[in-house]
Amino acid sequence: MSKGQLPRWVDYGVLPALNLLAAFIISGLVVIVIGEDPFEAVKWLVWGALGYGEGIGYTLYYATNFIFTGLAVAVAFHAGLFNIGGEGQVYLGGLGIGLVCLALDRYVPWWVTFPCAIIGGALFGAAWAFIPGYLQAKRGSHIVITTIMFNFIASALMVYLLSNILIPQGTMSPSSRTFEAGGQLPLLRNVFTSFDFGQSPVNLAFFLALAVCGVVWLLIWHTKLGYEIRSFGANPDASAYAGISPVRVTVITMLISGALAGLMGINVVMGEQTRLLLDFAGGAGFVGVAVALMGRGHPIGIILASMLFGLLYQGGAELAFEIPTISRDMIVVIQALVILFAGALEHMFRPAVAAFFNRFSSSTAEA
Amino acid sequence: MLDTIILILDSTLRLSTPLLFACLAGLFSERAGVVNIGLEGKILGAAFAAGAAAYVFQSPWIGLLAGIMVSVMLALVHGYASISQRGNQVVSGVAINFLAAGLTVLLGQAWFSQGGRTPALSPQNRFQSITLPFADTLANVPVLGPIYANLISGHNILVYASFAAVPLTWWIVFRTRFGLRLRAVGENPSAADTAGLSVTLLRYRATIICGVLCGFSGVYLSVAQGAGFIKDMSAGKGFIALAALIFAKWKPVNAMFTCLLFGFLDALAIRLQGQEIPGIGEVPVQVFQALPYVLTVVLLAGFIGRAIPPKASGIPYVKERT
Repeated sequence: MSKGQLPRWVDYGVLPALNLLAAFIISGLVVIVIGEDPFEAVKWLVWGALGYGEGIGYTLYYATNFIFTGLAVAVAFHAGLFNIGGEGQVYLGGLGIGLVCLALDRYVPWWVTFPCAIIGGALFGAAWAFIPGYLQAKRGSHIVITTIMFNFIASALMVYLLSNILIPQGTMSPSSRTFEAGGQLPLLRNVFTSFDFGQSPVNLAFFLALAVCGVVWLLIWHTKLGYEIRSFGANPDASAYAGISPVRVTVITMLISGALAGLMGINVVMGEQTRLLLDFAGGAGFVGVAVALMGRGHPIGIILASMLFGLLYQGGAELAFEIPTISRDMIVVIQALVILFAGALEHMFRPAVAAFFNRFSSSTAEA
Repeated sequence: MLDTIILILDSTLRLSTPLLFACLAGLFSERAGVVNIGLEGKILGAAFAAGAAAYVFQSPWIGLLAGIMVSVMLALVHGYASISQRGNQVVSGVAINFLAAGLTVLLGQAWFSQGGRTPALSPQNRFQSITLPFADTLANVPVLGPIYANLISGHNILVYASFAAVPLTWWIVFRTRFGLRLRAVGENPSAADTAGLSVTLLRYRATIICGVLCGFSGVYLSVAQGAGFIKDMSAGKGFIALAALIFAKWKPVNAMFTCLLFGFLDALAIRLQGQEIPGIGEVPVQVFQALPYVLTVVLLAGFIGRAIPPKASGIPYVKERT
């Protein structure tokens, strides 16, 4: 072990934990500034998320969203690409899912619609990510800026479609009609009747998310394409010399990333809302950034980080109900601090931790 | 007809102002090599602080001060992460945006209990419109009179300040020693370092200037254009400003024209809402809303001219490898 290098369990366990701790401590200070007791807040948060069946259901429901968007960001990260356009890809993916549901729901049962909706969501999400990916690869325009712009374009497009085209006649609110039973994904509370999920909207999309995690793990670490993605991310020049086409890897990675984000609509559009509505992505595309950073780009880490954020989202709702001065925006603050400490300041504690372990390891070497 | 044109141009000026401040803010930061996705968050933070302080202390000027202070603080967090800690600048910008989006509403709700708003400001606690000399007497002169009286005169001081900031920025960036060094640090930090300049210090100074200008932008939203802070009131202006900066190819005068163009599109969208354009029919308002972003994407792709960012933009500077 050379100087400055850390054992894997420190790199993947201790450092993220320290970063998370720092984010939570600052969050606690914010709660104190508001004039509330942070420990009381934590109590309500955890109870709201895990204390009863409905809370658990909601936690899993939110976590499902974040698994999709987290994977989307992580896959792009592996190729050294920063896909900040998850929000727009989720939105467009939802459009694809919504269109499939609207077309099929009156004629076939849900299990026929389901695979078609998956394809629709993935296709639309991928298509929305294709243009930024292509422009980055071929024209050299920066993917961060392009994907941000595409978020706004997606938002404008969806507002137009929902308020002018998909809106049923005679209604005022900009959303599509509610899908019939053939376009509704079964809720877990109706599938596992023995467990009390309350009125929570957690649905079969949760299992889809877990399955997709497995697929991404296989893809990134056990296929040729995954190898190419990772080598391109680690060193684009070297991988180009090794015969890996930068254009191909960039475009394919962005397609996969967009498709993953696009699948989030299965959970919200087909699972919970059973209709297409404005702004259903609700910032989950950005939470994906935090989740991918915290999960270190690995599906297992992403599942854990998604669970944590699901817990924060559901617990935060409960917290806002019990202590009204701490509104749900507290979650956004915590999320920001996690992104800050686990992402931008990820190496802040490294020198100190490295010094600690080096002293420890050199003393054992002498002994 | 002239009245309509003046009306649209008048609102163009008012809508361009926050963009222009933010765009110049981004210019300083990116010229020094610090990519700034966090403009949006700084604007929002400043708007909240200004709205709150102007209400509590009953003065728009204290609001201005508070707005700038908060914006600079956020800028310093961004600076610490991306300059000192050499973290990913995009990630830290994203964090700043969320921090502002969450904290403003959270604190607003805790302090004022109005759903995240700050209490409405009475007119004397806002920046009032200024009537330029002779505006009333000259108003009757044909053509030029209304232009002077209704278009050029009658804005608040921040509007004039934003346009005054353009030549000032140009002068600082292109005609002073500081500006030369700033650009050097953004183009080739190791050369600047070899010449004895502190890359860290220069980048911090650029970041602070960026914070001050974003502060103006936010203050304008809540204390001049609006009467108090409203949740998410920056509404993507930081990103439009970022788009404008790219569109302007990181040049101050171009930045002004781009911000005016984007402001004009915005004004036109408001004006044309629900109206038929002869020969085209009704154009959805979303077309105008999306146009700045579409234009930026097209420009970035190199289809109309080429936008080349400062060379070291976005790359943390490592003095030497150990």
